[in-house]
Amino acid sequence: MTTTRPELLRVEGITKAYPGVVANSDVTFAIGEGEIHALLGENGAGKSTMVKMIYGLVRPDQGQMTLRGAAYQPSKPAEARRLGVAMVFQHFSLFEALNVAENVALGMENPPPMRELAAKIRAVSEEYGLPLDPSRMVGDLSAGERQRVEIIRCLLQDPKLLIMDEPTSVLTPQEVEILFRTLRQLSAEGTAILYISHKLEEIKTLCDAATILRRGKVVATCTPREKTAREMAELMVGMALKTPERRVGAKGEVALGVSDLSVDSPIPFGTSLKGVSFTVAKGEVLGIAGVAGNGQEELLLALSGELKSGPDKVRIASHAAGDLGPVERRRAGLVAAPEDRYGHAAAPDMSLVENAFLTAGVRKGLTKNGFVDWPATRKFAEEIIAAYDVRTPGPDVAARALSGGNLQKFLMGRELMQGADVIVINQPTWGVDAAAAAQIRQSILDRAGEGAAVVVISQDLDELLEVSDSFAVLNGGRLTKPRPAEGLTMDEIGLMMGGAHGMEAAHHVEA
Amino acid sequence: MDIGGINPVILIATLMASAVPILMAALGETVVERSGVLNLGVEGMMVVGALGGFVIAVATGSPVLGFVGGAVAGALLSLIFALLTQVFLANQVATGLALTMFGLGVSSLGGQGYNGIKPPPTGQLLPDALADLPVVGPILFGHDWMVYFSILMTAILWWVLKTTRLGLIIRAVGESHEAAHALGYKVNRIRLMCIAFGGAMAGMGGAYISLVRVPQWVDGITAGAGWIALAIVVFASWKPWRVLIGAYLFGGITVLQLNLQVAGSAIPVEYLSMAPYLITIIVLVIMSAGKRGKANGAPAALGQNFHASR
Repeated sequence: MTTTRPELLRVEGITKAYPGVVANSDVTFAIGEGEIHALLGENGAGKSTMVKMIYGLVRPDQGQMTLRGAAYQPSKPAEARRLGVAMVFQHFSLFEALNVAENVALGMENPPPMRELAAKIRAVSEEYGLPLDPSRMVGDLSAGERQRVEIIRCLLQDPKLLIMDEPTSVLTPQEVEILFRTLRQLSAEGTAILYISHKLEEIKTLCDAATILRRGKVVATCTPREKTAREMAELMVGMALKTPERRVGAKGEVALGVSDLSVDSPIPFGTSLKGVSFTVAKGEVLGIAGVAGNGQEELLLALSGELKSGPDKVRIASHAAGDLGPVERRRAGLVAAPEDRYGHAAAPDMSLVENAFLTAGVRKGLTKNGFVDWPATRKFAEEIIAAYDVRTPGPDVAARALSGGNLQKFLMGRELMQGADVIVINQPTWGVDAAAAAQIRQSILDRAGEGAAVVVISQDLDELLEVSDSFAVLNGGRLTKPRPAEGLTMDEIGLMMGGAHGMEAAHHVEA
Repeated sequence: MDIGGINPVILIATLMASAVPILMAALGETVVERSGVLNLGVEGMMVVGALGGFVIAVATGSPVLGFVGGAVAGALLSLIFALLTQVFLANQVATGLALTMFGLGVSSLGGQGYNGIKPPPTGQLLPDALADLPVVGPILFGHDWMVYFSILMTAILWWVLKTTRLGLIIRAVGESHEAAHALGYKVNRIRLMCIAFGGAMAGMGGAYISLVRVPQWVDGITAGAGWIALAIVVFASWKPWRVLIGAYLFGGITVLQLNLQVAGSAIPVEYLSMAPYLITIIVLVIMSAGKRGKANGAPAALGQNFHASR
């Protein structure tokens, strides 16, 4: 497919080294006009550095780029934008306290007066099916709407090349649909798109060509439609991936029972839980699906003990635990891993040793006479690092310094290695690359095989079907009746999720 | 027309002049904080500006050049802060406090030999024919140029911050330096310029104290005005017109309590002296109460240093 298109951007022999790491080494690829080109790779493979060089944020050490045959060497983003290269960032480029029009204006070279700009934003947003009100404060928008702001900011400058850095990591499935429709429309109009992701199924459905990076080098180029997700994953990782194996253990007695649990959401614009009931037996994995914002976070809070309820609403090994706080629940045998890594699951500025103590202190007995037993805590942190292959210079590094995937491995290890009877995890592999995700899923199954009751809350249906014994869906704060996961089809799951449930439900606001 | 021995027309006219130093310093700090920098060295920049303005005015005989000198002195001192926080990424709070102490010390040293000298006078701007009009004359027309300049600066800053691209960029940098950097704005350079502007404004405010309000040189002449300016910026929710209200309120109550003392009020002097601080803060707290987080307008990146690491 690529051969039929005139070439838009060619990257040749690009090398970029930072002190201690070579981010990109001799990278060469080309993008045709109107082509949707994927840049694939694990975390730290050098995708972000590569696109930052194309966008003029970083200068390459060696190599050259050509745009429509002319030498292309942007020294700053403004120059890249002038030459028709626009970029939608994964995060960090919107201003919450400014409104949509102001945010758009900041990303433009010569923005028109605000009133004209607002009219233009309306026009473009309607043309591409991305409804957006220019006068709204960005801080009040959902993740999907924020992304529209970024996209429209780019579109207003008529880009020839649109760079998208992991655009779907924050979107609901419905929003992903809308985004893909927009991208296909752009591609049909001749705008090339450089699409960075490690979600292989998306790339298969969307992209015309893919360049796969590993450790900063191009290891393959392929046409995604002709490859299986597994083949691409193995190219990315550089080794054969193991499908998690399930050790079928005998299901024991009920380890976690939740009955008629209703709690108000403490989160602004959150969803309250309404009459949630389920049980999880020893050795069982319950998968809970649902579009983000339907009560997942609240359910985790209610199970971990951060949100209290009536004593009998939550029972751990048939002891009433609904009125216990997180520490008492850990002592009673329930550990929980929240979704947000930087700030909820981990204290970002504290070291891995300190973070290991924060949740494992109770169960692993890491205190001595009221003082922290640092040697024992360090040993535990080192055990996690070894067992979960966490790539870090050492246990004394701040949590913030680890990449998302590595920190997630550490945090999963921290909870899974405490020998708890009940384990609750929200989004176990969010933003984690394929190899690490497979490893995390395997350890979840291993713990279940050893007799733990596990609740996995996730938006990744494939993941849930891979690990779950039973399956339920959270929808507007209500949980469907759990069903055996074996033999469930995507259609049935779709119906459980509310069928053609509108996008509005995802941003459901409780009065 | 006097009420309790106090003439309200004179009171209003005096409060407008007495509020100038705080207003100028607070306006400058508003811009600095809107760009995401917390410079606690306002007091130091004011006192250095007070000395710089005084020295230049005495040397040249021109009060206008004196104010320029005050602005330059304040801006130069603020550049030390800018160098430390924007280039060497020092902690802003500690650096700001050090700047105040440094400014007080330096001005005390440099002011040796200027005690007891009278600076050239700064007269009223408009002709007497206007200033002598009843009621409106003293309030609207009887001031020196700095009073009008400070009100003009309020209007200009409000307009710049609210409607211009420059203001938008300053607000953006103060809101999220990562995002601004990703879009290609030079965060530290923009902040450096805002800091220098804030220093110049504080320096002019200080010069108004030594050239007009007192008018002579004494050590520690600013007497905490910089701290009040800092408080006003926060309680005014970083909005120029509210800064003006806050400064006039403080200036007004300062003048009022002095008048009350002179008029022999029954309220003990100690209570009168603390009244401006108390009432200003109470009123501004009420004005900004009930709004939390984003709504109160605090720049999200306030006080955080930025380093373009990747």
